[in-house]
Amino acid sequence: MAQTITQKIFARAANRKFVDVGESVWLNVDVLLTHDVCGPPTFDIFKQEFGPDAKVWNPEKVVVLPDHYIFTANEHAHRNIDLLRQFADEQSLPNYYDVGTDRYRGVCHVALAEEGFNIPGTVLFGTDSHTCTSGAFGMFGSGIGNTDAAFILGTGKLWEKVPESMKFTFEGRMPEYLTAKDLILQILGDIGTDGATYRAMEFDGEAVYSLSMDERMTLCNMAIEAGGMNGIIAVDAVTEAFVKARTTKPFEVFHSDPDASYHSMYRYNVEKLEPVVAQPHSPDNRATVRSVAGTPITKSYIGSCTGGKLTDFMLAAKILKGRKVAVTTNIVPATVLVASQLSTETYEGQTLRSIFEEAGCSIALPSCAACLGGPADTVGRSVDNDVVVSTTNRNFPGRMGSKFAGVYLASPLTAAASAVTGKLTDPRDFL
Amino acid sequence: MKLFIKLTHMESIIQGKAYVLGKNIDTDQIIPAEHLVYSLSNPEEVKMYGKYALSGVPLEQGGLPEGGIPFVSEGAHTSPYSIIIAGPNFGCGSSREHAPFSLKVAGARAIIAESYARIFYRNCVDGGFVIPYETSQQLNKLILTGDELSIDMKNNTITNLTQNVTYQLRPLGSVVDIVQAGGIFEYARKNDLMAKSQA
Ligand code: SF4
Repeated sequence: MAQTITQKIFARAANRKFVDVGESVWLNVDVLLTHDVCGPPTFDIFKQEFGPDAKVWNPEKVVVLPDHYIFTANEHAHRNIDLLRQFADEQSLPNYYDVGTDRYRGVCHVALAEEGFNIPGTVLFGTDSHTCTSGAFGMFGSGIGNTDAAFILGTGKLWEKVPESMKFTFEGRMPEYLTAKDLILQILGDIGTDGATYRAMEFDGEAVYSLSMDERMTLCNMAIEAGGMNGIIAVDAVTEAFVKARTTKPFEVFHSDPDASYHSMYRYNVEKLEPVVAQPHSPDNRATVRSVAGTPITKSYIGSCTGGKLTDFMLAAKILKGRKVAVTTNIVPATVLVASQLSTETYEGQTLRSIFEEAGCSIALPSCAACLGGPADTVGRSVDNDVVVSTTNRNFPGRMGSKFAGVYLASPLTAAASAVTGKLTDPRDFL
Repeated sequence: MKLFIKLTHMESIIQGKAYVLGKNIDTDQIIPAEHLVYSLSNPEEVKMYGKYALSGVPLEQGGLPEGGIPFVSEGAHTSPYSIIIAGPNFGCGSSREHAPFSLKVAGARAIIAESYARIFYRNCVDGGFVIPYETSQQLNKLILTGDELSIDMKNNTITNLTQNVTYQLRPLGSVVDIVQAGGIFEYARKNDLMAKSQA
């Protein structure tokens, strides 16, 4: 029987040859990810259910990456980090990346990739909805709640319904003004925030395979914004090279059978697409940048798991080099590695860091920062009636802080171009 | 001590007042991120989740059709409304289990929406917090905030006692066993699934 790549990964994890769409199966989990917001309550439930002296099913497979509320004076946030530390210590977790030490990494989804935890063909669950980001590596990644995570901690298993798949094929050569963010915002505008609920979103086509791993992660990252269970891109030479440089673990590569059946198929020619934004207050509220150009903004924000990777800053630097920003512009690298790359990677002979500093941007320490608002002292948090252009992934009311602020989700190119003019600006004006 | 107050036994009738919302109510609106720092086990701090339940919903969009009605009134940490009626895609956004938890703490027993986001739905069921029913009708256009409702779990119906009409609900399907057990752990214990995986 023909299967999609997602079905094949489910079958492997369920020790089966074939799984049918719609059936619920128990999966053996390869990695469980958690962070500072959901880790403490997950550990509480784990102890309540499995006993105070219970041990996690496999310490090697538990990855704890604090990233959300890191650089804040909020005492409750500090307590959460203490709870992670205690649990990691008592369970001897080798993959705990403590804050304030040289093990600290930053935003979990990006750090997972950097640290070699993203391995094709495997099953990852995480207590964060953007766990779907890892699907860029030809694996299954999906978000869950604390109870489900606690269940995995004790058993290494979880039930999941085999999803139907939707296929999104991007043909043509990526124009220089277009990014993965434009592609996913395009899809969101077409199918809506519940257009893929309980389904797999499979991305395919020559334009997708021309993207860097950073960009592929951006594409899969926002599958959840359409309600998708997971986003997935099959493995190619680019994936293999990335993975092999970071882990020696063997892996299995799956591809969808040519006759696998899909819920629906969408085809796009990237040469005909334009830079787009998601207008307030929903990621599916798409408009071409051209049609809303000139809308005044008060802040530009370039960061997060979807928009704070090296590729994102390379794109922003193209526009910010030799220019000044007109509004407060926050540069928030996702991880410590990305932050260090700002000082080593160059565009036209100048480091990214000095390009951003000369342009008048503020560069923050690596973490989630204002992507989800956070405590009042969070860098880049929106206030009052701010109008923010942001490379993050959500713009629901209050997401970046103030309930009264409006957030336009955009590519790093659009966020940088708009920062320069103080108005929403099509990046083609500068390229 | 139990961290979560679970349904002790499966009652077949849930009765309470309706609180009506629109579509795409995301988890940031259910419990804004700034409140996620409170403990989910300390009884005093837990109250904060009740206090701020649905506090991210813009005021005019809460308590439809009139709007302007908060789910939990100023100074309180429980709500007079125990059945939430909403449009499609309830619970979209971040995976935070604090969301169904806060609804439960505030006193909600069931939600009736046209559809749910997957993670929120799983959390409601596996955590045994609130019962997520689906409906194919736009009940949030027919039911008014404050109406007295009665859900019949055996027959999958909801009756609006104030307006004297009954509507059909979609059966819970394969998750009914987990809902009936009161969550994934109870279900797994009953079915001997709690052993460690060999993988
Ligand atoms: S950067 Fe934003 S979207 Fe990504 S994990 Fe952090 S809070 Fe979530």
